[in-house]
Formats: sequence, C-alpha cells, structure tokens
Amino acid sequence: MAIDATTRTEKFPYGIASVGLGEVERQIPVEEPSPLPPNAVLTVIGKPVPRQNGRAKVTGATRFTVDIALPGMLHGRILRAPLPHAEVRTIDSTAAARHPGVRAIIPIATPGDPATAIVRYIGAPIVAVAAVSMAAAEEALHDIRVDYKPLPFVVDMDKAREPTSPAVYDSASAPKGHVSGFPAAAGLPLNGNVRGPATDVRGDPVQGFAQADAVVEGEFRTQVQTHCCLEPHAIVADWRADGLTVYMSTQFTAGVRHELAETFGLPLNSVRVIVDGMGGGFGSKSSLGTYGRVAVALSRQAHAPVRIILDRKEEQMDAGNRPGTWQRLRIGAKRDGALTAISLVSYGTAGVTVGAGIGNVAQAMYACANFQASQHDVFINAGPGCAMRAPGNTPGAWAVEQAIDELAERLSIDPLALRDRIDLSPVRREERRIGAERIGWQQRHAPGTDPGPIKRGLGVAQSLWGAHVQINCACEVRIMRDGSVEVLSGVQDIGTGIGTVMAQVAAEVLGLHIEKITVRIGDTEFPGGPPSYGSRTTASITPAVRTAASRVLQSLLREAALALNAAPDDLVARDGRILVRHDLSRSMSFAEAAGRLRTDRTSAVASRSDDYAGFRQRMEDAAIARQDLGGVQFAAVAVDTETGIIRVERVVAVQDCGRPMNPLLIESQVQGGVLMGTSYALFEERILDQHTGRMVNPNLEQYKLAGPRETPAIDVVVLENYQGQSATDAYGIAEPASIATAPAIANAVYNAIGVRLRSLPITPAAVLAALGKVPSGNSRT
Amino acid sequence: MIETASAIIGAVEAKEADSASVVGPDLAPISLRVNGVVRLVQIEPRMTLAEALRGPLGLTGTKIACNRGACSACTVWLDGATVCACMMLAIEVGTRSVTTIEGLATGDKLHPVQTAFIVHDALQCGFCTPGMVMSCAALLEHKSDPTADDVNAAISGHFCRCGTYPHVVSATLAAASARKA
Repeated sequence: MAIDATTRTEKFPYGIASVGLGEVERQIPVEEPSPLPPNAVLTVIGKPVPRQNGRAKVTGATRFTVDIALPGMLHGRILRAPLPHAEVRTIDSTAAARHPGVRAIIPIATPGDPATAIVRYIGAPIVAVAAVSMAAAEEALHDIRVDYKPLPFVVDMDKAREPTSPAVYDSASAPKGHVSGFPAAAGLPLNGNVRGPATDVRGDPVQGFAQADAVVEGEFRTQVQTHCCLEPHAIVADWRADGLTVYMSTQFTAGVRHELAETFGLPLNSVRVIVDGMGGGFGSKSSLGTYGRVAVALSRQAHAPVRIILDRKEEQMDAGNRPGTWQRLRIGAKRDGALTAISLVSYGTAGVTVGAGIGNVAQAMYACANFQASQHDVFINAGPGCAMRAPGNTPGAWAVEQAIDELAERLSIDPLALRDRIDLSPVRREERRIGAERIGWQQRHAPGTDPGPIKRGLGVAQSLWGAHVQINCACEVRIMRDGSVEVLSGVQDIGTGIGTVMAQVAAEVLGLHIEKITVRIGDTEFPGGPPSYGSRTTASITPAVRTAASRVLQSLLREAALALNAAPDDLVARDGRILVRHDLSRSMSFAEAAGRLRTDRTSAVASRSDDYAGFRQRMEDAAIARQDLGGVQFAAVAVDTETGIIRVERVVAVQDCGRPMNPLLIESQVQGGVLMGTSYALFEERILDQHTGRMVNPNLEQYKLAGPRETPAIDVVVLENYQGQSATDAYGIAEPASIATAPAIANAVYNAIGVRLRSLPITPAAVLAALGKVPSGNSRT
Repeated sequence: MIETASAIIGAVEAKEADSASVVGPDLAPISLRVNGVVRLVQIEPRMTLAEALRGPLGLTGTKIACNRGACSACTVWLDGATVCACMMLAIEVGTRSVTTIEGLATGDKLHPVQTAFIVHDALQCGFCTPGMVMSCAALLEHKSDPTADDVNAAISGHFCRCGTYPHVVSATLAAASARKA
C-alpha cells in the first residue's frame, strides 16, 4: 500500500507468543484505531469471560425460532416424495383444500413442468399446506393425492459411476454450478452421473513421481454425515402489506434478507430477518431453503404468519449433509522426506447436487512442487449435500494425513519429524512441539507392538483452513447519556458466543466493565453482519466493533475534554473513567462524560476494512487472508481387538486463530470440533437402502452419534498468533478444530493394531475385518 | 390404559369428570401442576406433555429436538424424576408435579447447576441446555457428591451437537462442590 494521506504507519505485535513476539510495520487506513497490544496487557479481550446470554440459556428464557408464536399464526407442513426418482403426473389437493383447518396450499412440484415435475430423492418437497394447527396440517397432507410414475434410480455412488446406471439427470437438467458450500466450478462436462473432472495441475507430477524414492498410494472413503442440529430448521414468516418479517434459525440474517428480497421482488427495506437463539447450524442453515420460501409464500397466500419447523426425519433426509467421497491419493518422496509429487483423484456425492470436492489439503498443506488433482461429483438419488463444518478439507485431510503417516513409516522417519521437514508453517511447527509434549509422544511404540487384547496407540494429524473474512460487515456502537453502551449488528450467535466477544471488544476500548455493554444482534434492522460460517464471524465483526467503539469514544472524549480542560487526544478511557493521560488526578466518570452529550445518545458505525497487508484472494463480499488457520491434533486410543471397539481416550488439540479473543468460549468450540470429528471417525453414517432409496436411520438413535460416554478427555491449547492484519487481528476456529480429529484417530488406531483403516466410519466390524477376525462384509477396509 | 383413564379423571376438574367417560378427540380441560402452580388448560388428548408445555402453557424452555425420546432435550421432572416430555401424553401426568427449566431457579436465584453451567460455559447454542440442566440438577438432588462417571451416566441419552459434554461434567461437579460449601 502506498504511503499517502489516507494511511499511516503503525507497528503491530507480530509472531507466536509462545515462541517470542516481534513487531511488524503496517500501513493502515487513517481512520483505523491504533494497534491492539498483545492479550497479556489487555483487560477484557483474551480473557475467559462467560457468555452474556448464558443466563437466558440456562433458564429456558432464550427465544429460539421454534419458540416464536405470533397471534393468528398458522402451521406449515410439507408433503414429501416417497420415491427416489419419479415423475409427478398429477397432484389432487381438493380434499385437503376442503379441510376446515387449512388456510393455504402451495404446490412445489408442478406436473408437466420439466423443472419441478421430476423428484430425484425421497423426501423431496411436493406440496405445502398451512393450517390452524400442526395436527390439521398433518391431516391435510394425508388428503393430498399424488400420482407418481416411478423411474429407475441409483443411491450408491459406485453404482452410479457405471455407464449403465440409471441417470439422475440429463445434461439439460443437471445443476450447472454451485453456490452454497464448497465451490464446484460451472461448465464441467457430465458423463452419465459423473460431473467433471475439475482439474488442477502444478509443476510436472509425472517427473515428480519418477524422482521419488518412495511412493505411498491408498484409496480412502468417507461416509455421508448429517448435521443433526438440535434445533430443527425453522422459520416464522409474517407477510404484511407494509413488509415481510421473517424469524429464522439462520446462519446469515443478511444473506437470507437478500434472498427473500430477490425471490419475492421486494425492496431490501421491506424485508426484516430476525434470529435470537440459534440452535446450531454447522453449515446447514446458510440460506433460505425451499422450506423458507414456502413459508413466506404460504403466509402471503393465507394473510397470516406461518411457522414451519422441520421434523427430525425431514432434517435427516432433506436439510443437507456432508458429501461422501472416494479418493485415490499418491504421494512420492525422496529418502529424506522431501515430497516430489502428489496426485489425487476423487469422486464424491452430494446426492442430487454438486459440491463434493475434497478441498485443498492435498494441494496446500505441504511443500511439493508437483501436484495434480482430478475431482468429480457423482449424482445419486439422495438428498442434497451442503456445506458442513470444514467442508472439503475434512474428507481431504482424512486421506492426506493418513498417507503422510504411512509415508513416514515407509521412510523410517517419525511422523512429526517428517512434517517438520515438509510443512513450512511455523505455526503448526509450534503446535506439533506443544502437542507432542502434552500427549507424551516419546512413549509412542512401534505399530501393533502393544501386547494383550486391548492395544493402545498414539496418532497425529494436522488441519488446514483458510482464514476467511466477510468484507460486507458492519457494526454500530452507541453510548447512551447515562453511560450505558449498545453494540448492534445483524450478525447472529450460532452458539459460539460472538455477542460476548463483541461486548469484550467494546468494553476494552471504552474502559468499561463488560456488564455495561448490551449487545443486540441477529436482526437485519442493525448494520449488516457477517455469516456464521467459514469460521469468519470473529475475524469479520470484531475489527468493525473496535473501530466503531473507538470512533464513538472520540465523540465522548470531545465532551469530556471541555470539562477536563484538556485536549481529546490527551484523554484515556479506563476503569469506567475518563482520565487525563499525564495527570491522572484530573478525571471524570464515563457516565458523567456521557451526561454531557448534547443528545440522548451518540453513535458510530464502522465496517470491516481490508486486512492491512492485503488479502490472498478477494471475492465479492468476502476474502481470504494471507495466513492460514489450522491446528495439530494428537489422539490416544485403545482398541479392543476382541470386540473391535475403539475407545478414544484422549485428544490434545493445539489450534490457532490469530488473536484468541475468549479462551473459555474457544475451548468450548474446540471441544465441540474434536467431538464432531470423533463422531465422524467412529459412528456416524447416513445409510440408504439400495433397494428402495430410503434412509434407514433418519433419526437420532439409529444414526449413531458420540455421546458423553464416547467423549475423550480433550486438552485444548490455543496459540496466540499475531499477524498485524486488522483492528483485532482475530480469526476463526470452529472449522479447523474439526478437520484433524478423524485422521489423528485413524493414525492412532494404526499405531495400536498395525493395520490401516481407510474408510469411515471405523466401526467395530471394520476393525475386526481388518484384523482378519471376521470376513469383510463390504468395502469398508 | 386403566392407569391412563384414572389419571385423566384425577386431573380433570371434578364437574367435568362426572360426565367425561370419554375424553377427546376435541379439546378437553385438564389441570396440571407445573412449577408449583396448578394450571387449567384446554388440550387435545393426543397432545404430549412437551407440546402442552410449549403450546398452551407457554413454557418454551422445554425443547423438542427428536420428538421420540432419543435426545432428551425435552427432559422435565415428574415428581422429581427426569422424564422425556415428548414421550408421554399431557393427560397421563395426572396429579403428579411437573418441574420445567423455568421452575428450577428460586426467584432470581439460579440453581447451582445453572450458575455452574454459565461459569464453566457448559452450553453453546443452548438448545440441549434446558434438558441437560434438568438432568444434572436431578442428579444433585439424589446424589450430593457425584463422580464424573455419575454425571456421564446422568446425561447419557442427552445429545449435544455442539459438544458441551466435557464442560457439562466439570460444571456439574463444581455445582456439587458449591452446594456442599
């Protein structure tokens, strides 16, 4: 950035705190606040502050979308397809329309319309009704007669790849590209059910493999995982002549507002989206969705508010999922470990949609001049996938991190030493050092050498995630005349406690106790907030909060300066007071200063500026920072070789997120990431019946999830990694915390039993089959 | 069925009960003792306790997540014992006393488990939290000095997708210590 009147030079703390901090000089916009010192010298930021909405949550007072009941509200239900592939020939809703409780009926599939008359998965929406009660809506669904012409279908990805397989789409009807979740490029060829390849080449992979002293190669599989948010997808739509108000369990109030405006032809100022309590999303509540559009259409037709809450079966079948994948990964290396080539072929299925790519772990985690990837989407007759916590990189790391483990053994190099050789990240180097010490890596034995039927093992794996930032993101900070403070943004709290972190930032800037700060979020009436996905919320909104708080403080200091007979620049806000910097005896309370405001409140709005050293990549409203996020996780497992049961005894998770804003909340998120990864590794799997296309476990008991009994002891260590990139220098953690867990467990299992398991989930049956104790019932070894 | 029938009669206002040999399918009046207060509500007999609490009684703190007894989000106390409110009909409650998350605190004073959940951050999105709190508080009612294993047993069957289990355990153990102190 050129030096000019719009920028100034500042020195920022730089580096990893546990290694040693230095400084970096940055040109920053003049209106940005001065550099924030390291956490050690701060009062509120970086401290384990309990979340502000904790009391509401433990008393049941939090209003989730499912708890919203408006006067005269109707209940919406959606009739769903019972066949995996069929043409809707006729829909007869006349009996349903006569039901005394029914107020509106909206067709979703239209016979004869090529765009909507074909259903391609069980659970696809057909017709929606709104009625005076859930029971009445349910009864009305039973009164709707749909005539289907069954079509051949396929729900197995391997079968779908065969040329003779029934086609899910033809070239005219196939999805052209992908908007939600991991990008899938437009314009790729479609062959049968296989779309792609999307290719990526760097250097000369053929030459690279020719130069290799050792090559490891493996086929890896990952299952379809469902989000299982505890709060179902839910919306209350209230269409009125003077505007549309929508209460929605959403990860992105601002995005849903835009979708609503576009879908219903409304100006943005007539659309309001509100979410208070938000019962989890994990990627599945990023957009409006069919159920959302339907609720609004029903409300418009019925002239009454309409609430739709998906039931658990709908959640499991038609609310998104993490695509399943098959990958063949080859890695070549010199004797000293230096990588010479990486080659990756992948096929993944997001059901009827695209987006089953496996991310950039193979491409970017390790130094390797020669790389090639060829990735494919495979269509099957199953519910659409969508982004799920660290999409792409989670299945990607499953393969890469096991292959690196295998390569280390082949080269007789310790897996950590190999990574020290090929991983250029100084952050992960430090994370490996800390984690190895914590887990007791020195005690790790050779694979399969633990005597006795219960064999223990240690494994390690790493994660890589882009540091995402939402540029279209703003915040308002208000000081009221009594000295109380409001922080406002449309950003929503998905469960991370972002509101508390925003309060911490404002409290730090204004020198106030955090209880003086009221945070109001989750409402598009406030300045537009970032989405709660991509681990970008903290990185995006906290600099805006700090900048807005700094600006509004200037207004207050101008008033105080008159009273204290000092220049505004000589004043500081600290401990609830405004003090003259060089003469602390001259001071007044924050509230006194606020009392001198000419109006009831003063306010400032600020948006997220660009990272000070620029971005690696800039998209429309978003960007990716120059540095990566990641972490290193170590797992200790005990494998019962008689039952096949794996017990994950301990996980050490060493993570980074730039400046950690609140270690208590971060610990919660990392534990959650590790637990989701553990559950992915050992238990979860969407199972479709090959003969009917039906999901056989569309619930929360046969869809197996890790519970308290399966939770390992989880040690969380978070680095302080300062890069001098924004007013807070904070980045995200939710997704990188989940990527490395499954491969770390798999590597530990290998270390325990000496047999490698490359398919997820690693069930007891898979372990016994791998040990040759039972015949292999399927491809899961 | 006989038990259910007597429970209805026990709960329905006496003057209704005389003529109510058959209840439903339309709205029927029943009385429920919830959080120490007897409330008369009009419900369809097919309504579950969870639906009755969240709907006519306006107590939305009790959550429905799976609606089939698999996740325990709807946990309430029935005469002090934890039950899944989605797994029983409201008319089955009879004269028994229901305690929900809204009734756990004493006025403004939180139950020690509630306080500990906040301090230890034993919640994230908060949707499973009311049920989780009810089970952990029930544990302390029956066992003043629980082990981590006791807490894990008490919350087995509770499902938390955010992964709060470690903090739930540490919070509940801390609440037990705080109570004794």
